[in-house]
Amino acid sequence: MAVERTSSRLSDPDLVQRCREGSADAWNELVERFSRYVYAICSRGFGLSAADAEDAFQDVFTRVYTRLDTLRDDSAIRPWIAQLTRRVCLDRVARTHEEPVDEIADERLARTTEEIDEAFTVREALADLGEPCHELLDRFFARDESYRTISEQLDLPPGTVASRISRCLAKLRSELEGRNPGESPSGGQR
Amino acid sequence: MSDAGAYDEERLGRLIGSLEPAPEGWVRAAQEIPAFRRTLDDLVARAEADKAFRDALVADLEAAVAEAGFEPEPRALEELRRRIDGAGQGS
Repeated sequence: MAVERTSSRLSDPDLVQRCREGSADAWNELVERFSRYVYAICSRGFGLSAADAEDAFQDVFTRVYTRLDTLRDDSAIRPWIAQLTRRVCLDRVARTHEEPVDEIADERLARTTEEIDEAFTVREALADLGEPCHELLDRFFARDESYRTISEQLDLPPGTVASRISRCLAKLRSELEGRNPGESPSGGQR
Repeated sequence: MSDAGAYDEERLGRLIGSLEPAPEGWVRAAQEIPAFRRTLDDLVARAEADKAFRDALVADLEAAVAEAGFEPEPRALEELRRRIDGAGQGS
């Protein structure tokens, strides 16, 4: 892979190992890393209400914490979390809806799971690029900040912001192309 | 997953922006899970060893959890109640 990584982020397996060793920082990082993913599956994938999504979110991370020792392949933390999240959400849907669970799951998951997984892959690749690319692309695309706002905030000329965003997008594309397509987090578990 | 070669700027931008952050409070609560579990374990261990403490705990579970510095949210209280009950049956 031709991309030079400037990020010092722990890999998923290293992060899992540190969590097992009881590192509070690692646990905080694990929650931070997967929080958007779990949140998206609960709220967009299953369409849970805010209250149900919050309960499911906490339930998922409680299960992750208490069952981390049962994870056999540390590099599979992402599909494992996805599977736990789906189970938790399905249980919650079964308790709170009269609609058949399979029907709800099929309809919503088919529409959104692939996009959530893909978006998470992109965000992970972005995080792996490190700074300044992570911040620049996040500000521009996720926070919807203009070149002008970014240039003021980061004290850079607008032209520099534009060219850096362009270069960072190229790096992100290379990063994604260098990833194994088999890394898809759904892991064939649906 | 789709072909990574098909990631044009528009698609990348849409994907970067499509995963919203979870509410901060949820993330913070999840980050407190290890500390909370340890507190739960401590409370259960004390309840197993000390019947008077167990009775006090059963009498006001919420206060005990709050005193330990945690938000006494229903799911945690339910688990603690179940474990305290289990501890009581074993004694």
